[in-house]
Amino acid sequence: MSEPILEIRDLQKSFNALKATDGVSLDLKPGQIHALIGPNGAGKSTLIHQIAGSLKADSGTIRFLGQDIGGLDMAARARLGLARSFQISSLAQEFSALRNVMLAVQAKEGSSFRFFRQVTSDRSLIDPAMAMLERVGLAHRANAPAAELSHGERRQLEIAIALALQPKAFLFDEPMAGMGPEGSKQLTTFLDRLRHEAPMLLVEHDMDAVFALADRISVLVYGRIIASGTVDEIRRDPEVRRAYLGEAA
Amino acid sequence: MTRETAINLLLAALLLALPLIAAGMGEPFYVTLATRVVVLALAAVGLNLALGLGGLLSFGHAAFFGLGGYAAGILATHAFNAEPLFAGIPGTTSMPLIWLVAIAVAGLVALPIGAISLRTTGVYFIMITLAFAQMIYYFAISWPAYGGEDGLSIYVRNSFPGLNTAQPLPYFLICFVVLMAALLAFRLIEGSRFGSALQAARQNGVRLAAVGIPPFKVRLVAFVLSAMITGLAGALYADLNRFVGPSMLSWHMSGELMVLIILGGKGRLFGPVAGAMIFVCLEYVLGGITERWQFFLGLILLGIVLFARGGFLGLLSGKPRHV
Ligand SMILES: Nc1ncnc2c1ncn2[C@@H]1O[C@H](COP(=O)(O)OP(=O)(O)O)[C@@H](O)[C@H]1O
Ligand SMILES: [Mg+2]
Repeated sequence: MSEPILEIRDLQKSFNALKATDGVSLDLKPGQIHALIGPNGAGKSTLIHQIAGSLKADSGTIRFLGQDIGGLDMAARARLGLARSFQISSLAQEFSALRNVMLAVQAKEGSSFRFFRQVTSDRSLIDPAMAMLERVGLAHRANAPAAELSHGERRQLEIAIALALQPKAFLFDEPMAGMGPEGSKQLTTFLDRLRHEAPMLLVEHDMDAVFALADRISVLVYGRIIASGTVDEIRRDPEVRRAYLGEAA
Repeated sequence: MTRETAINLLLAALLLALPLIAAGMGEPFYVTLATRVVVLALAAVGLNLALGLGGLLSFGHAAFFGLGGYAAGILATHAFNAEPLFAGIPGTTSMPLIWLVAIAVAGLVALPIGAISLRTTGVYFIMITLAFAQMIYYFAISWPAYGGEDGLSIYVRNSFPGLNTAQPLPYFLICFVVLMAALLAFRLIEGSRFGSALQAARQNGVRLAAVGIPPFKVRLVAFVLSAMITGLAGALYADLNRFVGPSMLSWHMSGELMVLIILGGKGRLFGPVAGAMIFVCLEYVLGGITERWQFFLGLILLGIVLFARGGFLGLLSGKPRHV
């Protein structure tokens, strides 16, 4: 069972003269949390976008569950089992937290072209959605419109939506940003358990969380992976210390 | 019952009661005026599905309105002249059949128009839908077989089993029931899984795609359904006026349908009804005083866009509540 779930080879992406992704290759294996770290502007979000399908790579391959998904759009990749959260949260703002998750439940069931049964009384949507909100600790805000949630609550909601998709892999882009120390700690515990449901590519700035969670860390600088290895290997890597950790250590 | 529901019921009751009273007092003109309200409201209910729920600013819905109208006019003309349409298929004067054809034609034409237009967004979407509608408009003008610029007259209003449609009141009732059925369908769709997806597509298409629902497909289905309802309204409008002409296809008509929705309240169930009531009242009352009544309509629209985004219903019943 060590075939990678997600396999990225020699990915390239330029914005005009700027190489945002410069020959990136990485694997995500079952049960793994693979952390992606690097300074601001290194191209982490751009990489997540290309994997999720919201940006098209210039070249290179992305294989997911053994299938080349480079030609699929975002929705098709999500249906295959890639669930993501956004660095800048992206929700249906007018819908309540619960309806946002219910949307994911109906998407998972593949039942969005039904025109009569009313969702507000549909237990087969409400109950699983509510269960996901409970898991992330957001049940008490179920009926609040997404637009009225705090920054941290929106993050939790994004994760509840990703959970509801029962995906084969998670792509999380800085899920802890702006959560505060207490929230980060809780989310770290939560993600630690989540790895048993599906492996995770985790972009994160919070180094305590990364060192606690990651099975593998890749360091991205100017669009290139300058080092990739276990937590200890990355901590010891002189180039990483100079290019990235130096400023923090 | 929410405040908005109460207002909706009141509007429906008013819209039904006024023509009944007018008919009782021997004033058929007002029955016909009320029928105009109902049919325009129905056309706008169609647009409201795309524009209100889906956020699709179609500036080409006159195309579907006019196609529905021409379906009625052409079928009736062939039946009247006892000439087959093509391949031996006869025309018809049966409203239910005509409606089916109008709905089918509008839907079939909306499919490619939507499939192309929905690849764009914003101003481009507005312009492409407008361009398609104008193409159909000029086609109708330059096609002499069905009246060209002069349009087509329907000499005898088409028939409905068991009712005398030549009388204003039965025809009003037919249209009223169709409108209520369309409103019920709108409400059901709005609250369904599809409605959730459609509203999510309006609020945030990326979010919808990220959970695996293709926004394009959702919008396309909504666009086609929307066109079908507006096409049905076109058939009723042709029978109301006993006439169909290119003006039903013109961009003025598309604009008028948008205006109705903005007046009444975009995305609200009864927005098109309130909008059509206000519009036809203004047209009748102000239009009787001055030919420049549209100037005042413009002022009212300006006021609504600046101060009351929810339209008339928004003013009366506050923000809609999503749960
Ligand atoms: N859509 C875009 N167009 C042009 N440049 C972009 C775009 N998105 C990102 N960039 C640039 O690409 C680089 C990588 O950005 P990003 O992936 O957001 O970095 P990170 O997530 O690692 O902070 C940055 O220099 C950014 O300015
Ligand atoms: Mg980023």
